[in-house]
Order: sequence, then C-alpha cells, then structure tokens
Amino acid sequence: MSNTNQNNFMLQLPRNIFSGFVVSLVALPLGLGLALASNAPPISGIIAAIVGGIVCAIFGGSQLTITGPGNGLVVVVLSSIAILGGDDLYAGYLYTLAAIIFSGAFLIFFGLFRLGAIGEFFPSSALQGMLAAIGLGILAKQFHVMLGFTDSKGSTVELLLTIPNSFIRIFQNPSKEILLAAFIGLFSLFILFFYSRIRNKFLSLIPAPMWVVLLAIGLNYYYDIIINSEYPIDKSLLISFPSDVLNSFPFPNFDKIFQLEFWSVVLSLTLIATIESLLSIKAVDKLDPQKRRSNINRDLLTLGGATVISGFIGGLNVVTVIARSSVNVNNGGSNRSSNFFHAIFLLLFIFLFKDQIQRIALPALAAILVYTGYMLSSPQNFIRILKIGKEQLLIFLITLVTSIISGIIFGILIGIISTFIIHVFINNSFFLFSRNILKPNILMYKENETGNYYVSVKNFCSFLNFYKLKNKIDQIPENEHAIIDFSLCEFVDHTVMEGINDYRRVFKRKGGVFEIIGLDVHLTDTQHPFAIRKSLPIKDFFSINKNLTKRQLSLEKLSKVLGLTYDSDRSSEFRSLDKFIYFKTKVIDYQNNQLSSEKNNFSFFDLSYSEGAFIARQELKASFLLINLKHTIPSFILDKESFLYSINERFGYNDIDFKKYPVFSNKFFLSGANETAIRNLFDSSLILFFEKNQSYYVESRNSQLLIKGRDRFMSIEEIKKLLTFATELVSILKNFKNE
Amino acid sequence: MEKNLFKKVIVGFAFSPNLRANVFESIRLAINFNAKLFFIHVGEKTDKKERTFNEIIKSSSVSPNNIEILWRNGDPVKVILLACEEFKVDLLLLGALKRENVFKFYMGSIARKLTRTAPCSVLLLLDPSEKEKPTQHIVVNAFESVNDKKTVSSSLIFANSFNVPKVTLVEEINSLNLNLSVYDDKSLIQTTLKKEKIKKQEETRVSEILNQIPDKLKSNVKIQTQSIFGTRGYSTGHYAKVVRADLLIMCFSEKKTSLLSKFFPKDLDHILGELPTNVLILKN
Repeated sequence: MSNTNQNNFMLQLPRNIFSGFVVSLVALPLGLGLALASNAPPISGIIAAIVGGIVCAIFGGSQLTITGPGNGLVVVVLSSIAILGGDDLYAGYLYTLAAIIFSGAFLIFFGLFRLGAIGEFFPSSALQGMLAAIGLGILAKQFHVMLGFTDSKGSTVELLLTIPNSFIRIFQNPSKEILLAAFIGLFSLFILFFYSRIRNKFLSLIPAPMWVVLLAIGLNYYYDIIINSEYPIDKSLLISFPSDVLNSFPFPNFDKIFQLEFWSVVLSLTLIATIESLLSIKAVDKLDPQKRRSNINRDLLTLGGATVISGFIGGLNVVTVIARSSVNVNNGGSNRSSNFFHAIFLLLFIFLFKDQIQRIALPALAAILVYTGYMLSSPQNFIRILKIGKEQLLIFLITLVTSIISGIIFGILIGIISTFIIHVFINNSFFLFSRNILKPNILMYKENETGNYYVSVKNFCSFLNFYKLKNKIDQIPENEHAIIDFSLCEFVDHTVMEGINDYRRVFKRKGGVFEIIGLDVHLTDTQHPFAIRKSLPIKDFFSINKNLTKRQLSLEKLSKVLGLTYDSDRSSEFRSLDKFIYFKTKVIDYQNNQLSSEKNNFSFFDLSYSEGAFIARQELKASFLLINLKHTIPSFILDKESFLYSINERFGYNDIDFKKYPVFSNKFFLSGANETAIRNLFDSSLILFFEKNQSYYVESRNSQLLIKGRDRFMSIEEIKKLLTFATELVSILKNFKNE
Repeated sequence: MEKNLFKKVIVGFAFSPNLRANVFESIRLAINFNAKLFFIHVGEKTDKKERTFNEIIKSSSVSPNNIEILWRNGDPVKVILLACEEFKVDLLLLGALKRENVFKFYMGSIARKLTRTAPCSVLLLLDPSEKEKPTQHIVVNAFESVNDKKTVSSSLIFANSFNVPKVTLVEEINSLNLNLSVYDDKSLIQTTLKKEKIKKQEETRVSEILNQIPDKLKSNVKIQTQSIFGTRGYSTGHYAKVVRADLLIMCFSEKKTSLLSKFFPKDLDHILGELPTNVLILKN
C-alpha cells in the first residue's frame, strides 16, 4: 500500500514541481506587494511564503492549499506597525514581529484543542462586510502608490477621497518621472483587469501578476541597456532588499508585551489569520479534483507553527491563501509537495534574481494590490448580497462601515451583534434564541430500513448554533444519501442556508445525494419571512430579467422549428456535469437557454462557469451539447486544443495516435483510461467523420457525450451546425454496439 | 409475568376547561389496565365542585368500576406524593400545558417536581381528549441500563393491552463518551466503521432482550429497532416527534440533581422542557 503511494507520489512529482513553479510566479509579486502594503520590508512577505510553504507542505492537513502572507492581514499589520512603532516604521515592524509570534502560538493552541470550529460562528454577511472593508483598506492606500505617490497618509475614507487629488497631481507637474510611474501603475492595472479575457495558451501559462512584474523589470532593463540612460523612476519607488539576506534577519522586539495595545494587535492578527485560512481551506476543498477533505485543525496547528518561525526570522503571518491555491489546482498540483516547491522556487528567485527583483517599480506591485482590493470590495459583492436579502445588505454595510471607521475586530463584533438583533427582530422573539441556544437541537440517525442518513433540526438554526448541525453532517460519508429536515425548525438564517448549500455541492461531487426538506413549510408561514427568501438561494437569484434577447428569441424560434422545448430561465441544476473530466477543476455557476428534445435524449444549453478563485479567477462561458446515448461506449476525450495537454498531465493518460490516419492524429489529441477500447471504438468511419468535420471538444462518459465548441456562446448558425454534427456522430456511434 | 402493568392509578385534578377530557382519558386508561383509579383534588371541597365532578364521571360513556375520589388540602406536591405512598399507587397521571401560540407542550413546575420525585411511574399526557384516540406507534428508549429488559417487556405489555400495532425500540448511544469527531477523510472512515460496530453490538443486545420475551407479547406487534448516536435523553424525544409517535416510554435513571444540571440539562429535562408526545416514565 505505502509502496504504491510512494510510487504515485514520485509519478506526480513532475507536475507538482511545475505547479509549484507557476504558483511561485504569482507568490513573488504578491509576497512583495503585501509586505509593502503593510509597511513592512518587502522581504518579510517572501519569508512568510517560504517558511509557510516548507512547514505546511511537510506537516499540513490539506493537500492543495498554498500558504504564505495573506490579504486580510495587510490592514492589521499596517495599523499594528503604526500603533506600536509610532513614526518609526522599523521599530513598529520589530514589535509587530513579536505580536506575530504570539498570534502563531494562539493558532497552535486552536489547532491542538481542535477549535477550528470557531470559524463557524461568524455570520456570512458580516464576514463579507469585513472582507470588503479589508479590500477597501488595501485599495485606498495602494491606489496612490499605483499612481506613483508613496506619501499619502490618513484613514481609509480620507485616502479614498483624495484619489482624485493624486490624479490631479500627475498633471500639475508632469515630469517624465511622475508620468512614467503613473503609466506603469495604470498599465499594470489594465493588464490585470483584461488578462482573463485573453484565452491564449501561451500567454495563459504565465499568470497575470507575473506579467506585470516581468514588464516592470523589462522596462527598467530597456532604459538600462537599450536607451542606456538612468531609469527615470525615483529610488523610493523601487524595491530594496537588505544587501545580505542571510545575515540580516531582524530580531523581534518583545518590549511591549505588557501593554494592552500589543495584545489587541495579537488578537486581531489571530482572528484574521484564522478566518482567512479557514475560508480559504474550505474554498480550496471545493476545487479539489480528488475531492479530499482537509483536516482543518491540523492545518491551523501547522500554520501557527509556521507563523512562529516566520516571526522569529522577520516574516509576516503565514495563512492559507485562496488565489495562489487556485492557481496551484489549475496547474495540476495534486498534493502538498507543490506548496513545498513553490517555497523552494521563491528561495531560488531571491538568491538568483535579487538584482532583477530590485528593478521592479512599486506602482506595478501596487496595481496588483489595487486589483486584489477591488476584487474583495467590488460593487458586484454588494449586488450579490442585496439579492440574498435587504437585511443581509444591512448587516454587510454595518460591518463594512464599522470596520473601516473603528477597526476590523470591532467591525466584525458589531456585525455579529447586529445580525443577532436582526434575527430577533425578524422572529419577533428573543426567547426563541435564549431558551434554545444551549439545548441540543439536532437529531441524526441512519434509517435502518433504507440506510439513508436522516437529520432533523429543531427550534432555530443560525450562525449561533450551525456548528452543531455541521458536526452531525460531517459524520455522513459524502457518497451516501442524506436528508436534512427543517420542518421542526422555526427559523433558518442565511449563514446556514449557504453552508448547507455547500454541503449539497460536496455530496453531489462525491456521488451522494443531499436533500433538504421541510423548508416549504416556511414559505406559507408568515411568521418567518426570513426563511422564505432563504428557502433555496439560487432560484430566486435569477428570475429578475424576463426580457428575452435577440439570440434568445431566435433560439425560441429554432426550438419550434425543430420541435424542441426551450427554456430561457437560469437554473443551478447541472445534472451530473461534474463527472466529466472537463469540469473537474471548474465550478459551475448556472445554465440557461436550454433546448431539449422531448425524449430527453439530448439537450443544448449555455453554461456559465469559472476556473480558479479570487484574483486568479477566470469566468468562462460556453455552449454545450449533452447527449444521452442508448448504450455505453468507452470513455474518451477528444480535443484539438491544448486543454488536453494539461489533462494528460493530471490523469497520466497518453495521446492515442493512429499510424494509419496521420491527418486525424495530427489534428486531434485523443485520450482515455482504456486505450484498447478506444482504439476499438475509433474505426475508419468515425475517424474520417472527425477528420472532415469542424473540430469540437468531445468527451464521453459511460453513455453520455459532452460536446463543446469554442470558449464562448454559440450563434444560431453554429448551433445548427453543432446539431447536425451531433446527429451524424450519434448515428455512427450506434454501429459500435452492433460490432 | 404480570398481566396488568399498573394496579393503582392516581390522577390529580383541578377545575380547568380540560377537566372533562382529563377524566375521560384517565377512566379509559384505568379500564384498560384493569386498575383502581384515584382522583385527587388539592383544595377546598365544596358542594358545587363535587357536583360538577360527579356529573362528569357519570357522563363517561364507559362505566368506571373502581373509583375513589380524594379531597385534600395543602401543598399540592407534598399532598399528591403522600397519597401515592399511602395507597401504594403505581402510576401517576399528569397533564401538560400548551405553550402560547405555538404548538408546543411543556410541564408546569408542579408537574416537573412530581415527575422527578414520585415513587411510582409517571404518565405525562399531552393533549387529552374526550373521545378515544387509538395509540398507533410507541417509541421506547431502550438504551443500555440495568432496567433495559424491564423497560422493553413493560412496553410490550403496554402495547398489547392497548392494541398498539407498532413499537420502535430506540438504542440511544451516547456519543459524548465516544470519540466520534470527524476532521478528515481518514477519520470519517474510521468513525463510520466504529459506529457500525457499536450499532451491531447494540442490535445484538436488543435482540437478546427480545428473545427472552414470550412470543405471545410479540406476535401482535410490529417491532422495529433504530439506533441513534446523540445526546442521551434528548435524541429519543426528538425521534419520537419526527416519527409522530403517540407515546414515548423511557425508564427513569436519574441520580441526584446538582446545581450544574441546572445549566446542563439531564436526560429528563430534555423531555420535560419540550414534550414531544405523551410520555410514560417507568420507575422500578
């Protein structure tokens, strides 16, 4: 057993090294940028990433997560350096290192005593509000740096309001230096915003933040070598490293540990590090193609250990980070070793490219941070939360505003309290909560007759006691049938609805069934208006726009001509698309514009889905055709483009070539688990069919065929072609059975 | 084998709108058990009260054969407890209160005290009615204890004398003492296996108990078992509510209540705080 495990590990090593390399390309600019944004020396972010990568790869409890300096902590470290050090930034940094070490110790404590569940006590909308506040904090400060001004000071609100001033400053005194700095910043921001629109396989190999860094370095060299003149950027706008990295580790200053403000910093660091890590771990678990479950407490323990080490050698807090982790998943990382290699590559960069890194202009890094901040606080978040409910927006805004004005800890506290007050108000009853909060309210048992797991929830279920429900659901293997019954429950809040919807996804991914019953009761019960909107989130999200577009009208027409049923509504039921390899690392949002035949043997639909998360997220849209064959055929993947290259990397399949058909073999990549069966299936008629037709992405799984065109929605003409293609394909595949 | 589960039944009564239903329910019960029935009123005895009460008894469709009516003064709890001992009663009948606006039942403070301290078994009635509502499904808390055999056999006797078609024996497994926490895939598999094993053991235990019970008691009743991992005392109540059982039978196994138990409710408190259905608490 352990032998095959070892073999597997060795087999997967190359792709984990590759993935670790790509991640390090993102981690380098982010590490530098996050440290700079925190007013800490740039190297401190890299130290956190290196220590985190090595320690968590060896001892961690999750497989695909990447660890390093986090976004959330920027705001905390920034204020901590100001509070503890006053005007002396470096002294503040040394005090903060001591606080970082203590926060690491707290994380170890949380991990040891299995307190990972504390992450569950935060209402979801309040958390969103806090994250948005962090995003705004980063954005407000870095926007000025992006335009080339490092001297802006003040609160988040002041900084936001003075952004126009900085624009004016550029043109008041348009020297070459100022213009170039602003150009680097704005152009970098442009790249970051529009990078995901480009679907070029060569460009996509290098992540956007690295392009920004490469361009910034390139520009410096351009002046240096080609124009052979002084780089017209102020020295203060360039990164500076200590001359000897190895011998210049700063030592944390523990002088302030008897002061209250020191401990408030420790508390903030611990809280934000825990929340950011837990949220990220949960999000990465959703992306794992192998569907593994992370050990949260062990992760906290190792993150704490890594933080302590990092603090002692001058690094920031080590947390689990979502964007880098998702880059890892997308590039084929399959176990913790990719985190390790990401750290090793960073180490190499620091020693080999120290000079090059010091050529990076700060506005370029600031642009990356502005983009990060924007993603955390973008108006889309507001709209998304408003759609869930007005009261959720209220909670969100209360938390956001308090966090900005009075600090994050106070903000999240007010967020929790206001959520509770709103719950009391909505139920018009304080007793519902006070009477039942300490009592058990969950019953779970495995039904002896059916073998299903039945979970009944009583009284109320909100963020206050969601951990009890989670605790029970966690005990159900995800490939089983679970039924969650809320009929005895008077009130279910948004945090819980969101949480159990996540469970629904996990169960679906792992081949189980997760049913939620008893919420329909709440629909008719006027006493609980809250539960109405919470009943099941996705559906009412989308029923807003009723006007059909031109394309939709044509689709409707087409459906009438062909005798198909047409449904323009968005829905979140994606059948079992998850089982196709194409969707292994993708998250499906919704589908719409569905054309389906009456006998249900095929359906065409537009799908919105995404790959990656947070700033590495890529929104994808494409049209698909799903065919139910009458019989099973061997599973295969046929693709013209480079997608298969990474699939092969991931699943260890080979490209199947046919010597007799060089045209086909050159045009397509064909692969699958069972090569003989596939060779058997691809006879001359099928191969010639593919040769002469336009190429699509075709994947088969048992008796289902998935066909996809390009990475965009199809036009009506394209749909017609696709349908003809599919009809012919199906008739050829029919013969397979007869042989 | 005792044929009649209870020989002497006592019912406390007050002149509430529910009185008629309470009395009818009690009489039906006593007839079924073939038991002597005591009605006890704590408070002033007046002619008017006596007349009303006698009228109610007379209007009962089934004729009571062995009834005694007691009128006493004093502290209700003390008086009723004394009467229990004086007449060597073996079942005390109590009614539940309905929580305002909500369809939830709970026990008043007097009933709580009586339940805890009564020397005999206690039957808590949720929603007494004048007409007979046949009992369809009994849930029995058959967790492992010194009394588990007795609880199961008494429940089956009860089921037979009331012609109850279905009895579910719940093996309540206290998950607090077992380390069943799941934190990753591996521990999930381990816990699932561990639970299966305990479940098998529990099932064997219950089937052994059932084997010792004479077939005559089992032939007319559909007996099912269900094991539940959860908080002891709580899970069975919740289960009874979920399956809409008409009666929950459990045996009383509480030791002295301490100050701590005010904050951390014990087995019985879970039931008394929110009655899931009619509850029969067996004592000795």
